[in-house]
Amino acid sequence: MRWSEAALLAAAISLPSMAQAPAAPAARFVVVLDAAHGGDDTGGHSGNWTEKAFTLALSVRLRSLLQARGIEVVTTREQDETLAAEQRDAIANHAQAQACLSLHASLSGSGVHLFVSSLAPVQPARFVPWKTAQATAVARSLGLAGVLNSALGQAGLNVTLGRTALPVVDSMTCPAVAVEVAPDPGSGVTATESLNDAGYQAKVAQALAGALLEWRQDGLGESVHDVSRKGARAP
Amino acid sequence: MIPRYQTVLFFVLLAASIIMGAVLWQLRDRAEQRRLQAQASTPTQAPQVAPAVQATLMVANDVDDSMQERIFSLPLPPSENARARAILGKLLDLYAAPGATHPVEGGSSAIAQVFLKPVNVSATGGARGRRAANAAAAPEMAVVNLTSAFAASHPSGIETESLTVLSICATLHANLPQVTEVRFLVDGQERLTLAGHADLTRTYLTAEAAPTAVVGAAP
Repeated sequence: MRWSEAALLAAAISLPSMAQAPAAPAARFVVVLDAAHGGDDTGGHSGNWTEKAFTLALSVRLRSLLQARGIEVVTTREQDETLAAEQRDAIANHAQAQACLSLHASLSGSGVHLFVSSLAPVQPARFVPWKTAQATAVARSLGLAGVLNSALGQAGLNVTLGRTALPVVDSMTCPAVAVEVAPDPGSGVTATESLNDAGYQAKVAQALAGALLEWRQDGLGESVHDVSRKGARAP
Repeated sequence: MIPRYQTVLFFVLLAASIIMGAVLWQLRDRAEQRRLQAQASTPTQAPQVAPAVQATLMVANDVDDSMQERIFSLPLPPSENARARAILGKLLDLYAAPGATHPVEGGSSAIAQVFLKPVNVSATGGARGRRAANAAAAPEMAVVNLTSAFAASHPSGIETESLTVLSICATLHANLPQVTEVRFLVDGQERLTLAGHADLTRTYLTAEAAPTAVVGAAP
């Protein structure tokens, strides 16, 4: 590489940081909704009920509720399409969101199951391994799960919490929680009828939207990028 | 006077009877030979009944996403690989039984093999390898080979799949404390997930297998 090319490259690399330096970053709150499965991947299924259709419906419902409250929402899919885990993570990580919800459904168990990555927390770094990127955000993910748990519980929903290895969540850099909606234990109907119940879906979506609003108001969802920018501005 | 055609018919039937008798005699001989051969391959000593020992099973419960310790007295083989397979088979038999707290089809036949091998501390490197080395004198990795029929029939869901994986890990660690890591195969091949959710590509640490509540109980 010639010196002139090297100088040009160095200048090009430094341009974004030079452009960002004087301007204060606008306060933005972004939520990523990942409707799990889709396309060829139906997820769980029983009769006419499929997990991919349920998660898409819940994602659309939740997006509407959040947008009505002035929250910017990025969804990984808006239709029945096949998406690889890497594509979902790329969308979520590019959005630099303050909260990421991976939406799932199950005919097993009852109520709403919240899962946080089982990765051990690590300090944020400039470069992180793709498959364990969530390790930098696990602490905030636990906080987000706590807020979701509280809101869902106040809505009268049965909530269980756990940690697990989920490839999509493990590669997200935002505070991320996998939300798995299971049948309502008090409904007295079959599992599929319970999950198809519009009232039950609305109740879950309302509780999740309320929790995310609280997450924003508490200012707990600062992304790694926000933290690093604040750190740079500190005297 | 006997008509000619009746004479011919008599001799034809007589010949057929003789031939059928000969064939029947030959088939009887063959059956006798097979019976004798089977007797020759039968073990002459009665199989030894293994003494019953206590086995701890970590039984999953879908209702509260928990695992409950249950102790059974089981006749277990002396080989550690076979012992691990027998214990996991009992665990999956519980899941396949009516009224199970974590209903999963398949039973003991879902475990094709369990292999135990030493953990390669130098290969794993870093904190994980050091942790494994400190856990026991000779830490081992269990490779659990599940059948594809089990994976195909397993209910789909994060909770139910995670509980199956974690209860297998916790049960192995409870009975074979030297097992610090567990990997899963399906029909001898690596598989991305169990039934669409639980990651089967990673190595599970048995010390982290207990699925406890992480941010407090639900109100």
